Amino acid sequence: MDAIILLTLTGLGLAALYFLVASGLSLVFGLADVLNFAHGLFLGVGAYATWWAAGNLPGAGADGLGFVVAVAFGVAAGTLMAVLVELVLIRPLYSRTIEQVLVTVGLSLAGVALLQATWGADARPFPRPEWTRQVTTILGAQVPNGGLLLIIAAVLVLAAILAFLQWTRYGLIIRAGVENREMVTALGIDVRKAFTLVFAIGGAAAALAGALGSVYFGTVSPQQGGSLLIFAFIVVVIGGMGSVVGSAYAAVAVGLLQQFVNYYGTSGLGDICVVALLAVVLLLRPQGIAGKAAIA
Amino acid sequence: MSQPVLTVDDLSVRIAGLHILQGVSFTVAPTGVTVLLGRNGVGKTTTLRAVVGLTPRNGEVDGTVRMGEQSLLDRPTHRLVRGGLGYVPEDRCVFAGLTVAENLRLAERRGSTPAYDRVFALFPELDRRSRQRAGSLSGGQQQMLAIGRVLLNDNRLLLVDEPTKGLAPKVVTEVAEVLERVAESVPVLLVEQNLAVVRRLARDAVVLAAGKVAWAGDAQELLSETALTRSLLGVGSAEAHDATPAAARKDGH
Repeated sequence: MDAIILLTLTGLGLAALYFLVASGLSLVFGLADVLNFAHGLFLGVGAYATWWAAGNLPGAGADGLGFVVAVAFGVAAGTLMAVLVELVLIRPLYSRTIEQVLVTVGLSLAGVALLQATWGADARPFPRPEWTRQVTTILGAQVPNGGLLLIIAAVLVLAAILAFLQWTRYGLIIRAGVENREMVTALGIDVRKAFTLVFAIGGAAAALAGALGSVYFGTVSPQQGGSLLIFAFIVVVIGGMGSVVGSAYAAVAVGLLQQFVNYYGTSGLGDICVVALLAVVLLLRPQGIAGKAAIA
Repeated sequence: MSQPVLTVDDLSVRIAGLHILQGVSFTVAPTGVTVLLGRNGVGKTTTLRAVVGLTPRNGEVDGTVRMGEQSLLDRPTHRLVRGGLGYVPEDRCVFAGLTVAENLRLAERRGSTPAYDRVFALFPELDRRSRQRAGSLSGGQQQMLAIGRVLLNDNRLLLVDEPTKGLAPKVVTEVAEVLERVAESVPVLLVEQNLAVVRRLARDAVVLAAGKVAWAGDAQELLSETALTRSLLGVGSAEAHDATPAAARKDGH
């Protein structure tokens, strides 16, 4: 029983990480039709900026309020990076899918190479509060606090994105744009501002995933973003491209499946099962769990 | 004669290698309804979409389109719409996942007071159904919402693309009545296949054939000449009295 609770909660921790990356990816694709392969770079920038800030930024540190400042700096760096990518590289290429893919794949590779050149290819220990190294006993299972932190962060981000989509003018524009971007323009709305905004939201969530994921794993490495991005894409497709809630459901399904199968089966079998789940969803429900509706 | 509200001059549109419009020229009078007619596939919708800047990215547009003195082709769609060019697309294009109220709120423009009174006076049904998802409305109600969204703001010209397509006869009449009232205050460029509606609403007509203007003039004169309507539109004027074309009978209210 302890093992099931532990696997469930660590699976949800993994799901939280996937969701943080996938939510922005899904909104960007749903609204702007951009398959952003550079999304993992936002995660890497967030992680490294947090790591750098904890050691160098005045007021920031590895513990207490200093850690909050470091994470805020990392999130701000990831958000800025996402906005710059949208404004400088993606904006001239809307409706040019092949060029978008080439640019974002190239940027992703170049970004990883730049991180490696600057801080080396090896994983580095990540500065983190002492309590995140400890465990909390829940119904007899000793659950890592880093995983619980991820779950809490993902729930808060989900609630914040849903509130934003439901209650703000720009949220309304994004929900409408996911359905029919052209018609939003035909109502006199400059939808490009919403594109920049969803990139910013996606960049912030991915950077938060980078910072808190590094807390969970205890290290930061240049390849972190790329490996998580693959599963985030799977989550987006299973959830429905454009749906934040669909991404949340799909992330939970993928995280739990991976964790349980890897534990009860062979290590690595969980990843294969996730791909099998993707294939089944594509065959039976190609539009994904929630279809194309931002908050369905 | 008063200045036209819209002047289309030598408009050509190529999309994916197809030369859809081949030098179309016409004007829209500053009052009343000007109807754009023609058989299927001659470029009526393409014309409206080119005017409002919605030609696909793989399309090429040449020529001149002016609203008053203002050139339109070099401006993005959202600026044209904010400048008073209202557009009601073919197939309504309401946001199915949003409520009626949200669809209307989306059309509000910064700096101007939305005319909800005007919209709800024309379409009281929209007020009653404000919390209902637009996707669950009937075809007629969706059309009312699509027109209502545009009427929320003051416009200099309305482009309305096949508003009665697929609607039941009773709803076709309702939509025609609304457009008749709307046209009293703002000029309308209308694409319409239902000749009974055209007969009721249109003052001027422009007929397209094979991407060119085949005829332009008084709409009632066109409809009164059976041979002319048959040659240009493939339908006799007598059939124009039938307000219930086959297409309309397929879909209910």
